[in-house]
Amino acid sequence: MIGAGHSGLAISHQLAERDIDHIVLERGDVANSWRTERWDSLRLLTPNWQSRLPGFAYSGDDPDGFMTMPEVVSFIDDYAGFTDAPVQTGTAVTALTHDADGYAVATQRGQWRSRCVVLASGACNLPSVPSVAAELPAAVESVTALNYRNPDRLPEGGVLVVGASATGLQVSAEIMRSGRPVTLAVGEHVRMPRIYRDRDIQWWMERTGLLDDRYDEMDDLVRARNLPSPQLVGTSDRRTLDLNALTALGVRLVGRLMGVRGGRAQFSGSLRNVCTLADLKMNRLLNNIDEWATQHEASADPGQRFPRTLVPDQPSLGFDLVKEGIRSIVWATGYRPDYSWLRVPVLNRKGRLRHDGGVVTDAPGMVAMGLTFLRRRKSSFIHGAEDDARDLADHLAEYLGAGASA
Amino acid sequence: MTDNNDAGGADNGVNVAALLAAREAVSEAPEAAQFRWRATCAWQNGTHSRSSVEGYFGLGDEQKHKREFLFDADHPATFAAEDNGATPVEYVLVGLASCLTAGVASVAQNRDIQLKSVTATLEGDMDIQGILGADAEVRNGFSGIKVTYNIDADASAEDIEALVAQSQKRSAVYDIITNPTNVTVEVE
Repeated sequence: MIGAGHSGLAISHQLAERDIDHIVLERGDVANSWRTERWDSLRLLTPNWQSRLPGFAYSGDDPDGFMTMPEVVSFIDDYAGFTDAPVQTGTAVTALTHDADGYAVATQRGQWRSRCVVLASGACNLPSVPSVAAELPAAVESVTALNYRNPDRLPEGGVLVVGASATGLQVSAEIMRSGRPVTLAVGEHVRMPRIYRDRDIQWWMERTGLLDDRYDEMDDLVRARNLPSPQLVGTSDRRTLDLNALTALGVRLVGRLMGVRGGRAQFSGSLRNVCTLADLKMNRLLNNIDEWATQHEASADPGQRFPRTLVPDQPSLGFDLVKEGIRSIVWATGYRPDYSWLRVPVLNRKGRLRHDGGVVTDAPGMVAMGLTFLRRRKSSFIHGAEDDARDLADHLAEYLGAGASA
Repeated sequence: MTDNNDAGGADNGVNVAALLAAREAVSEAPEAAQFRWRATCAWQNGTHSRSSVEGYFGLGDEQKHKREFLFDADHPATFAAEDNGATPVEYVLVGLASCLTAGVASVAQNRDIQLKSVTATLEGDMDIQGILGADAEVRNGFSGIKVTYNIDADASAEDIEALVAQSQKRSAVYDIITNPTNVTVEVE
């Protein structure tokens, strides 16, 4: 097993329950990405009560709060202790190959052989930065969501944040508060309120069954897997963070960044439509919640509706970055897994893992955990690991059983 | 009647099943998705030109429309011209309108929404100081385009709005107009 984050530990627990001998190889310490690759102010987007792993759950006194990254690390550390998982830390995998006898795993600390492999090395190892980044003027500093830490590490002056996911919005808000004027380039995004009908939106998404939507029942799985993270932030006042909140802070909204030519950034004229799409989609979500509440709680409350996203009359279509005073760009344009060590032909032409609900295609005995919408909408959430770990541990047990009898 | 809607009863005359099959096919064979659209244009007199479209490349092969389509373009008397056809910028509005409207019909079919009528009104604002070279700060093209849809359909106002939004998201001409495109013009 490669990776001792929450996904790896969850399936390790499930394998142990099935008496399947295994080892978890971890490049750094348990929960390495959470320790070293997140910005300072980040808290989970899911409330504490939702943080649970097989046989284990949050037990603190703030169920409606949101864990800071150190708290996530200690939660996962505690889980590693609870499961007594066979983790070997400080063991980065350098190559994974396959031959007639199974898999060979080369690491910094020697070679391992196994009949099965679990890829649980994370979905967010590398930043996805669009190719236009190469065209940036030298005077503009480029920062990715993986190496961004806090506003004070950015140069003084204007900041262009690219991407309107949870990352882009959180980062825009704190940079704006630091006194640096922020322009946010907004493409397609997912808007939702933090609190709806007096409960956290995650409560509703879980309770209405939305988070259990299965990968093999989706009309358009590729789209579902590529959706940006919802515009949410975990704060003690449980506030909603949306584009209107950023506009109120003074953030300037522009369309998606389409190009940089001769030092000039070009933005799409589609800002109004991407905002309309997100507003309508949010309302469909809220309508579904209302319907559920009417059926299950006999509630007559029609449910709140939120103001439409305010779009400037004439959003900027482009400007000269340096003349505009932009000194840095933060790329909140998503993440991708790092498979540079994977020497088995299991990636598609876009570099993504080919798999059927985590069972890797054309690689018997290889499964993946923790990828977006791996088996369910919740797959990349901490609490999403449990069902996937159980299903995939069953698959591995069956595979190993079949192999033994063959 | 098209027989593409087994689930519901809406029939907008769009073969959604074929479109969805095409999407499936090109995701497996991306080379088939490479199209090249063509037009030719011949100057007539003054600002009058006649353009033609007929052949195009797609699905790995040369293709042809059922027949050649001709388009006269000119400028009206306001521009001291003969007015033998729509202005080129009006063709841009026509292109956007027809692309978005085709999208509305397709998305409605896919969502099993019966359309009764769809009309769109387009307005493109332009400061002609740009094309006249009177003010270098004014761009040649539209300063903005406004599209107003009037749709009668068996659907809620929000569902109709969602049709129009989704149609923009999937529209080639909307993308061409809202985003930059490299244009290479050569003389042989």
